[in-house]
Amino acid sequence: MGLLSDPNRRKALTGLLTRLNTPICIVCYLAGIVWFMGLAFEPFTLRTYMSENAMGSTMVEERFSSGERALSLAKEFDPPSACCGLNGMPVEWLVKAMQSRGLEVFTQSFSRKLPFPDENKERYMVRGTNVYGILRAPRAPRTEALVITAPCSPGNTNNQAVALLLALAQYFRNQIYWAKDIIFLVNEHDLIGTQAWLEGYHHTNITGMEYSPLQGRAGSIQAALSLELSSDVITSLDLVLEGLNGQLPNLDLANLFYAFCQKLGVLCTIQGKLQRNDWDTAEGYTHAAQTMMLMVLKQACGRSWGDHGLFLRYHIEAASVRGINSFRHYKTDATTIGRLLEGMVRKLNNLLERLHQSYFFYLLPSLSRFVSIGYYMPAFGLLAVILLLRALDLWVHLGAPALAAVDGVTEPSSPGVLTVLTPVVISHLTGVALYLLPVHLQEMAVEHFPVSETEAVVLTAIAIYTAGLALPHNTQRLLSGEGTEQGWKVLKLTALLYLAVLLGCTALINFSLGFILAVTLVPITASITPHMPKALYAVVMVLLSPAFTILYCVFIYQELIEAPVSVSEGWMLFLSVISQGILDHALYGSLVYPLLALFIYPCWLMFWNILFWN
Amino acid sequence: MAAPLTLLLIVAVTIRAVLFRSSLAELISARVEVVSPLNAWKRVVEGLALLDLGVSPYSGDVFHETPLMIYLFHFTVDYAEIVFIVSAYFVDCLSCFLKPLDRAKMAINSNYLKSDLLFNFPGCCELISWFITIIVCLCFCKFHFLCTCKYTDVRLCHQIADGITALALYLSIQTYNKDVFRKQKYALESDRYSADCLELLRSPKEMFYIPLKVAMFYLLNPFTILSCVAKSTCGLNNAIIALFIFCTLKGSALLSGILLALATYQSIYPLTLFAPALLFFLQRLYIPVNLRRSSFWFFTLQYAFMYVGSLVVITGLSFFLLGSWDFIPSVYGFIFSVPDLTPNIGLFWYFFAEMFEHFRLFFSCVFQINVFFYTIPLSIKLKEHPVFLIFMQIAIISIFKSYPTVGDVALYMAFLPAWSHLYRFLRNIFLVSCVLLACSALFPVLWHLWIYAGSANSNFYYAITLLFNFGQILLVADYFYAYLRREHHLTHGLYLKKKDGTEATLVLK
Repeated sequence: MGLLSDPNRRKALTGLLTRLNTPICIVCYLAGIVWFMGLAFEPFTLRTYMSENAMGSTMVEERFSSGERALSLAKEFDPPSACCGLNGMPVEWLVKAMQSRGLEVFTQSFSRKLPFPDENKERYMVRGTNVYGILRAPRAPRTEALVITAPCSPGNTNNQAVALLLALAQYFRNQIYWAKDIIFLVNEHDLIGTQAWLEGYHHTNITGMEYSPLQGRAGSIQAALSLELSSDVITSLDLVLEGLNGQLPNLDLANLFYAFCQKLGVLCTIQGKLQRNDWDTAEGYTHAAQTMMLMVLKQACGRSWGDHGLFLRYHIEAASVRGINSFRHYKTDATTIGRLLEGMVRKLNNLLERLHQSYFFYLLPSLSRFVSIGYYMPAFGLLAVILLLRALDLWVHLGAPALAAVDGVTEPSSPGVLTVLTPVVISHLTGVALYLLPVHLQEMAVEHFPVSETEAVVLTAIAIYTAGLALPHNTQRLLSGEGTEQGWKVLKLTALLYLAVLLGCTALINFSLGFILAVTLVPITASITPHMPKALYAVVMVLLSPAFTILYCVFIYQELIEAPVSVSEGWMLFLSVISQGILDHALYGSLVYPLLALFIYPCWLMFWNILFWN
Repeated sequence: MAAPLTLLLIVAVTIRAVLFRSSLAELISARVEVVSPLNAWKRVVEGLALLDLGVSPYSGDVFHETPLMIYLFHFTVDYAEIVFIVSAYFVDCLSCFLKPLDRAKMAINSNYLKSDLLFNFPGCCELISWFITIIVCLCFCKFHFLCTCKYTDVRLCHQIADGITALALYLSIQTYNKDVFRKQKYALESDRYSADCLELLRSPKEMFYIPLKVAMFYLLNPFTILSCVAKSTCGLNNAIIALFIFCTLKGSALLSGILLALATYQSIYPLTLFAPALLFFLQRLYIPVNLRRSSFWFFTLQYAFMYVGSLVVITGLSFFLLGSWDFIPSVYGFIFSVPDLTPNIGLFWYFFAEMFEHFRLFFSCVFQINVFFYTIPLSIKLKEHPVFLIFMQIAIISIFKSYPTVGDVALYMAFLPAWSHLYRFLRNIFLVSCVLLACSALFPVLWHLWIYAGSANSNFYYAITLLFNFGQILLVADYFYAYLRREHHLTHGLYLKKKDGTEATLVLK
């Protein structure tokens, strides 16, 4: 406490911080970026290891052998009944198939009207049925359960996965060691079906879905695996971890998958990228960095990248295993995949409590290496501290009058506070408009302009976003006259602290999102003043605004998955990303869209206001 | 002054009414930061239901409110209209009854205190305006709650509690300011202040809006609003403490004793406010704090008798209402032994959850003594400034008590505008504001990560609790230092010199 109570040292410290503010900020920013890029460098990362005792020491023997039967089942399932053709899922066939394998079979029907048509998946009024069979545990009271799910949606040939599921069910039925109920779920309309099933299972309704109640249930679900085998030939398996709002399952689940891939000699990837061993070469580092960047981008967008993503919300550790056909020299047969799943489920069956030993906050530069929260948070911290340093600088310069604004309680009689309050309120109202209007105004827009509903929603959002740039500073000038020097400083101080708190909270929930926003927002928000060349800085600010950040992310993502796009394609992708973001919010409760519209964008507008203060 | 206050009350009532109606109310009333096991409305409802069934409300381990409180709510639910009128009458009485006293005193003072006219509008005019204020506010409240479900009246009760607190704080600070100004005048006339500290003196102009600001800090503080919307009984406890402060500052020893007993009865901890109240009365009656003087002992015993007497009466009343002593272990035992370790913004839960069972008694003693212990050194140091001592005590209680909620924090934060003249001596206000702001935002985030997402754990949440309390302690310590420093400067001059002639700095050690 010496530093806080000794006035001379305090004075020296404050003096140092204000005098060297700009250099320190620049150093912090660069250090933050370098730190982040350094995370992918192998010597700085930790090797993954199994923390959970129940899964580590007890080796299991995989005996599943009916892979061929599964393939023939897949053929039976596929062409005549047209699993995923126009008629939707063959519910009766599935019910019969599951019943014949000795499961307790139930169905659940659901329907959901999307707020506007989803053009990527071509759906608007969604109606479907989930089929699930429960294998009751013979060895223990039925208080806990595991879920294996295979999505079966129109247009997506996942018949192999469904067939493998049935074959596994048949095999599992004959084993006596199950201590947890196993639920085999075939869900229609991918995430919407999963959502309906999960809501039915947990008796909640958070997204306004209509569904019939579940007739049968097992115990509390401990873990879930989602299986997607989209091609006939599988060469490698990809693990997908990113869930809703950037939530990740316990790292032990990834370790489990990796351990079995090693044991069975299956090629395994993450983000579709194989692991390389040459970390000391430039290519090796770039590869790891690309893998990590892909994970960051996928996590930042806050959507669920597989059926597992929705399970995470219910405190169920879940991951998707996706079969990929890309590395021609290897071929993995259905028996091996079956054995892999058998092994994973058996180890999960051994769990005594929920997976909790290992990390929940991590980034994966490869499947065998991880970066934990303690290592990546400093990168964000270095960026966030810039905002605080600038705020401190302003505070020192301002002296006394800033107290009212910081405490959040304002004084109506003082004009100084009014000048600050007006832009804050107007920015937030614009944010509310951006959040509410696009979906509510679509009918009107469709009536007056030759666009489809989806285009109407996206274009309205962009229009409001652009209009927001013009609106606030003009209104503020009308209301309170010429801005004073004190005025913008107080506003900037408020905005800086607001942004720091906002980004801090975001980074805790979804590190990637917080970090990406910090990288683009921090430099401009830290340096903005009304005395800069307006036109130049206006362009720079717009180029670093949240919407442009999304656009850059789209291009970088395409570049990283080795499918580069032209500018016009990129623009179309950008539009679809926005519509998907709004849909994700409405359908599954993803928080990225409201966060951007209600908080980040208004906060950015406050800085925009400062630029045009006079 | 009545007009802005009316406006303020209307705005505050509107915000609360809107929130009561919205879906947020349910969410807020489930937050652990806002309600504690002691004052959660859910538990009160449970107690009411048990009482209706003729079972002792304390027979389960759910209800921990005091008997008087549950009978008040019992009564409120059944006879909402009467309570409504009575409380209106009560508020009226409060302001009307005390105004004449005030004016009489003012008349004496006004001979040498011209500027006091600023505070003192023609009396009857003010009386009428007060009356109108209250009627308007209450009509407004009633208007908001015309649609009735069974417990709507209770919302009204909570709103009134907040209103009373704000009014009482407003009037107390007004009185206090007059006092301060009078003392300053005396001191100036008797040349007790050093010559170069003119800029430290307080002017009536800057003091004019302070009572309003205090009321505003209380009514518009998000913490108070959350607490009120969650229907936490903390608002009622705050109202009692505010009324106690008001009566004390008005010089009514009997009322002050009764209200202090009531506050103690509600949550024990206000017991520590006995010392500042006593000091205040002694100062007011010009009785020196001297252990050898019989007048000192006479008054102390008199006040203690009023206090203990009313405490006994209240406790006895509870016994007769309830017909058993069940409430003693269930309320006070619950406060002292801290059996419920639901996370909250306090320091107890994590520590007691981690601890070995056989140390429990020892540590609960240590933690509880911690709350009461500061009374002695603070009373000695601040014996000339009892009102500031009251503020310090309330702050310490709300930091160290066993089940704190944000409603408690709001009460002492309401006093901050009253010390706005200390601003120039505050050292860490920027740091503290940042810490408190960030913590308030991080509480729900980390709670979400811990409880819903399952990815964080209790350590994350406790880290924020620690930081929040660190911020509060720093805030209180900072104000304490600033207050002492100003007093020092007033007597020794603003620009201190060391013996060798260089500029000196004051260090708190």
